[in-house]
Amino acid sequence: MARASVRVFHKLEGLFSIYKPPGVHWKLVRDTIETNLLKGINAAPPPAPRQRVQFLAEPTSVVAEGSNELTLSAASVPALAHHPLVSGPEFLHIGVGVGHRLDVFSSGVLVLGVGQSNKALTDLYRSHVTRDYTLEGELGMATDNFSHTGRLIERTTYDHITRDKLERVLAMMQGSNQKALLTYSKVDMSTQGAYELAVKGELRPDGKSPPIMTGLRLLHFQPPHFTLEVQCLNETQRYLCRILHEVGLELRSTAVCKGVRRTRDGPFTIQHALTHQHWTSTDVIQAIRQYRSSRKASKAKHTQPGKDTGTTDHLC
Amino acid sequence: MYRPPSHVTMSCVFITDIYMALTCIQHCQRCTSLLRSRSVGITTLQYSTDAQHWPAALWNSFIVRVLPSVLQRSPNPSQTRQRWNLGVRSYCESHAKVQPSQTKHGNTDELPETDMVSYQNPVSHQLIDGGMLLKEWQTAFDLDDAPGHSALEEISHEEAVHMNIPAALPPVSISLKDYVNESETLGKLIQLGVQLWKLEQRPNVGSMLLRLDFQTDVTPRLVFLKQLGVDDSRLGYLISHNPFILTESLENLQARVAYLRSKKFSAESVASMVSRAPYLLNFSVKRMDNRLGFYQQQLGLSAQKTRDVVARLPRLLCGSLETVKENLKICKLEMGFRENELQHIVTVIPKVLTANKRKLTQIFDYIHNTMNIPHDLIVKFPQVLNAKYLRIKERHLFLQYLDKAQYDPAKPNYICLDKLVSLPDEAFCTEVASATLKDFELFQKTM
Repeated sequence: MARASVRVFHKLEGLFSIYKPPGVHWKLVRDTIETNLLKGINAAPPPAPRQRVQFLAEPTSVVAEGSNELTLSAASVPALAHHPLVSGPEFLHIGVGVGHRLDVFSSGVLVLGVGQSNKALTDLYRSHVTRDYTLEGELGMATDNFSHTGRLIERTTYDHITRDKLERVLAMMQGSNQKALLTYSKVDMSTQGAYELAVKGELRPDGKSPPIMTGLRLLHFQPPHFTLEVQCLNETQRYLCRILHEVGLELRSTAVCKGVRRTRDGPFTIQHALTHQHWTSTDVIQAIRQYRSSRKASKAKHTQPGKDTGTTDHLC
Repeated sequence: MYRPPSHVTMSCVFITDIYMALTCIQHCQRCTSLLRSRSVGITTLQYSTDAQHWPAALWNSFIVRVLPSVLQRSPNPSQTRQRWNLGVRSYCESHAKVQPSQTKHGNTDELPETDMVSYQNPVSHQLIDGGMLLKEWQTAFDLDDAPGHSALEEISHEEAVHMNIPAALPPVSISLKDYVNESETLGKLIQLGVQLWKLEQRPNVGSMLLRLDFQTDVTPRLVFLKQLGVDDSRLGYLISHNPFILTESLENLQARVAYLRSKKFSAESVASMVSRAPYLLNFSVKRMDNRLGFYQQQLGLSAQKTRDVVARLPRLLCGSLETVKENLKICKLEMGFRENELQHIVTVIPKVLTANKRKLTQIFDYIHNTMNIPHDLIVKFPQVLNAKYLRIKERHLFLQYLDKAQYDPAKPNYICLDKLVSLPDEAFCTEVASATLKDFELFQKTM
């Protein structure tokens, strides 16, 4: 029969997403969550204290007469070797794995897995999942690391930029990315199957590929600030900041990135991501259950009409 | 049938017994050398009476053959053991020069009245390092004679019951689990609530705890702490964090407490300081005096206020002064607080003196430059310097989003900094921001 702490640990084995705040290293986040989960596991009631039997000899009152009566009494004393203060907490370490990492400057959805689910995590990222980002940019500045915290290199004017011009530049970038996607997916465009996949937007690169943006949209434009929404795969946050810089260059001005926020990582959306006051074991168990049920529901929906999704990740 | 002369027979028995005693003495030496080895995280058991580990058959044979009178006089095994030890020593002393360090055991202050037959060895010999030269003995006697007793001999039930079988404790172990069932000290420490699993990870602490005797070492110090006023429930915490309080001499502890009382700290405050800073009483009077003098001088506070500050944060007397000096420099030069402002901040929040430099400057930078809060308002509410940076940032941005971020007391709809920082999330949302907790969480996800 498993101990209470082991049962709690098995409930925690699963994938869940958290919202990483900006300015915090991902490793610190992972360590905080591991500490909180360990607190929850070790808080489970310990097993019943074990006893051991000790035989005590009764004092023989009459020695000289040579009475041969031996009386031994059995006493049940607690076995201190298994006391929690001697053996320590039952779990000292659990394996919490991190999915696609976010750097210190960015914020957003970060996928974590506990225990056996770390294998599912590697499967998730080997199948090319797309991610959604919201990028906030500011026109008129150029820095060395493409973000507003870097060392300033250049200042330019941006009065000539209109929404129209910006959207044209974005459309051009999306076009070149689409071409790259077709090249890396190694499909023959003259076939019917490839055409259908491309129409549904389910083309994915085959094997390794550079960062590719599958979708690019302008959300908000108020000079000098503007906001972009990007869907991409195989990217890094630094690459996205560079994209903003290149947008500025294309518009004959400069731009820096003021914020990178991930709103979706594969099947994990920002809606169910846990904020830092909810990084406890009870909330994590709930999030894991909720993700599992949503996966089951979506699987049932997809398999019902008899279609095969293929490109989407299949995890439970 | 060949019968050896009677005196030779008797001496054979003695020789074989002494030979067995010799091997046991050598065994003792090996044990003491084990004790002397210092190794990290390895506990070594001190053998309190070496006789425990000598095989029972040897012990029995010695009692029965050599000292028959002793058995009748004292049925108590430990006394018998002592007399046996005496027997060995007196025998050795009567025939050779003894190295006293190896053969002395426990408290042996009574002279034995033995019926031992003294054997005159024709070959002169002397003891070397507590052992005896075997060659001389071997040449004189025929060791093929079987000894009187063997380990397979049957003994009566009474002897079996009264025989004290020692626990099979390993001499060296990486954990205190192996010794905790037998050791009285460890058992009592567990009852107090001491976390032995943490202490055994520290180098040499496990061995030190095993060597302590509960009655002579631990009890006087626990009584001292209780008399000081430390609560029973805190004793476990104290020893878990500072096990070396059990090895500090009582005179030193009393001297340090007397020093603190002489500096006009009340009895309750001394008790609370000791229970919150476990290492306090391990520091010398000179060091504590040095620190108290430093705080009084640097902060420029009166004696009573310095006492209050130290009583609230007793680890100021334990840690290094360099970090405190750097923090004070930062507050004066980087943040630009004046002397009297700094005094006020430290009396309200002494933790500022031991805070992390980087975090302190980050919080101050955000509060002063981004939230535009002037110095005098920060001095009025120093608890903002103690709060978490992320909390201040999220709440400020939320209020800014709701157009409620107004921290100037002169203008209407003023938000008190104290409430901004110290209220829990639920209360903050309802009272200060007039929004729901869900809204706040949704806002957090847009940062």
